[in-house]
Amino acid sequence: MSNAAQQFLEAAGTITRNLRHRGLIQTALRKYEVARDRKKSAFNDWSAARQSAAETKWDAINHLDTYLTEFASKIEARGTKVHWCTTGPEARDTIRGIIKDAKAKCVVKSKAMTAEEIHLNEALEKDGFEVVESDLGEFIVQLRKEPPYHIVFPAMHLTRDEISDLFERELGSAPTREPEELTMIARRALRRKYIQADVGITGANFAIAETGMVSITENEGNARLTSALPRVMVTLLGIEKILPKLEDLALFLPLLATAGAGQTVTGYNTLYGGPRQPGESDGPIEWHVVLLDNRRTELLADPEQRDALHCIRCGACLNVCPIFRNVGGHTYGTTYSGPVGSVITPHLRGMQEWKHLSNASSLCGACTEACPVKIDLHHHLLQNRRNAVGDSPSWIERLAWRAHAFAVNTPALYQFGQEVARIVEPLRLRLQGTPLDPVKSWTRTRDLPPVAPESFKEWWRNRR
Amino acid sequence: MNVTLFIPCFVDSCFPQVGMHMVRILERLGHRVTCPEAVACCGQPAFNSGYWDEARIVADKTLHHLRDAEAVVIASGSCGAMLKVFYPQLYAGRPEEAAAQRLSEHTWEFSDFLVSKLGVTDLGARFPGKVTFHDGCHGLRELGIKSGPRKLLEKVRDLELIEMGDAETCCGFGGTFAAKFPMISTAMGEVKCASAADTGAEYMVSNDSSCLMHLQGLLSRQGKPLKTLHLAQILDSQ
Repeated sequence: MSNAAQQFLEAAGTITRNLRHRGLIQTALRKYEVARDRKKSAFNDWSAARQSAAETKWDAINHLDTYLTEFASKIEARGTKVHWCTTGPEARDTIRGIIKDAKAKCVVKSKAMTAEEIHLNEALEKDGFEVVESDLGEFIVQLRKEPPYHIVFPAMHLTRDEISDLFERELGSAPTREPEELTMIARRALRRKYIQADVGITGANFAIAETGMVSITENEGNARLTSALPRVMVTLLGIEKILPKLEDLALFLPLLATAGAGQTVTGYNTLYGGPRQPGESDGPIEWHVVLLDNRRTELLADPEQRDALHCIRCGACLNVCPIFRNVGGHTYGTTYSGPVGSVITPHLRGMQEWKHLSNASSLCGACTEACPVKIDLHHHLLQNRRNAVGDSPSWIERLAWRAHAFAVNTPALYQFGQEVARIVEPLRLRLQGTPLDPVKSWTRTRDLPPVAPESFKEWWRNRR
Repeated sequence: MNVTLFIPCFVDSCFPQVGMHMVRILERLGHRVTCPEAVACCGQPAFNSGYWDEARIVADKTLHHLRDAEAVVIASGSCGAMLKVFYPQLYAGRPEEAAAQRLSEHTWEFSDFLVSKLGVTDLGARFPGKVTFHDGCHGLRELGIKSGPRKLLEKVRDLELIEMGDAETCCGFGGTFAAKFPMISTAMGEVKCASAADTGAEYMVSNDSSCLMHLQGLLSRQGKPLKTLHLAQILDSQ
């Protein structure tokens, strides 16, 4: 078993017994479902909207080479520097270089999962820069020195009281339970940083090929400040963020807001087309757009699972996933958690190390049903399982499945197995609760039904 | 109609009454029921574990015995989905592909067979009690079965159906998942049982015995009064 799998099992074992966590997450996500359903009903035809979005992303991903170069040439024409980065370290070094060239001291950042993916903050802090997260949720988890719990709601695992305690400890504020006051405390701390910062780093929700623009969606206005106040702006985005046309946003912005957060549209939606142009009074002097591959092209090369690149990182699949709802975001140990994380992480970080995430699913399909761009998520988990076995089969498991096949295919052996189960049932019951119980992974928490005195097939035979 | 029953291994061994009720219901409706005894498993456990070659060893036999059936009826949405949805994938590009496709088209989950194929919703059943219905995920999302079981339950005399908040949430069984990740499976089951208990129902009913095996196991261990029943047991009650 890989280290990651071991850690996952241990973390899951602890957190699934934590009833406080269970209550908090189930309640929050049930509220999300109610809000999402209300907003979904505002669409004339939700399933047609999903189909249309899926087709647009299919076009974008299957013509990525064309659209990316179109995007780059359009955005460069207005003075933006585009950096093409194949790996995480390459993207990290590129951004470190930009910051060094700008002779920056303080860096302010708005929410970017791609930055988490390449561990940008750690690298910059190691270089001696102060990096301040400006998204409220990210700001909170940064103060706690932990990764985001959820790709859209980074601090959803915390109560107001916990946030108040954290602010009191880290920022010296007075305790409060009011969300508005908590927000104001963070705002006072952050506003100073925006003014001090020399470089602002953002992520992106969409990159529009047709016009060479980046679309950023947020609820707090922090990404606008991150991009508008510092001299230098850096935008880091995965190459799958491409949309062909500007008008595609008319569908994708409400789709993202509805599926992700149960909103009609997100509070602030900004389009960035370039750095400060001659005659303009504000905006960054320099804008660097860093396009990140980081093995996305390997996923692109897999025709069966290519649609995983449709993902708009809305988090809908996490929100409805009963596994996520019980183990929470930190248990996965990945940047992208939940169903989409379980699908793509083996591709991005290695199948054998991360295949356990594809096994840690009941394949219920709630994710696929929720995905606004119709990624066939739960079937991809099934394909990952098959591919993991194909790459590196376990001979013990293979032998076990051969034995199973032989047993169920041989009626005499199958019936003999039923008879043995009936005979050993009293012994099994005595062993239940001891380490010798052969089925303890089931019986530790659940009773096992006994084999009936007369099986269906015995009844069938006797009846005739 | 000639109806061929596919009795999954866990129904055969642990819940034979589910099969018996199905036989009685189908025969009462005037159909000729057969059950090939040599067929014991659909191959889903190996398939879901990624061992498709081994799954095919099992599926070959099932396919051989069922390929020419007029209608195959299954007491489990999960095994039903294996035959209906995943056999064509398992045999894609192989000589048996056409046979798998034909079997897929002639396979029905029990409640779907009654409602969609036979057009029957009233079986003359009487069951005094409050029930809530659990949608097994494979039945719900692979086979698209949602309203059929409810139409059948609505026609049962003296039965009160109360929907739970988490009717469509997975119970946490998931086949080998339940044994590989028992702590997650158990937590999911507890969420499900709490949602069912909140309705005040006495029975949690489903069209999938595999979910019910897991849920009843949890309820029994925790000494909860809620009981599980397969839909066929209700529909054959007088």
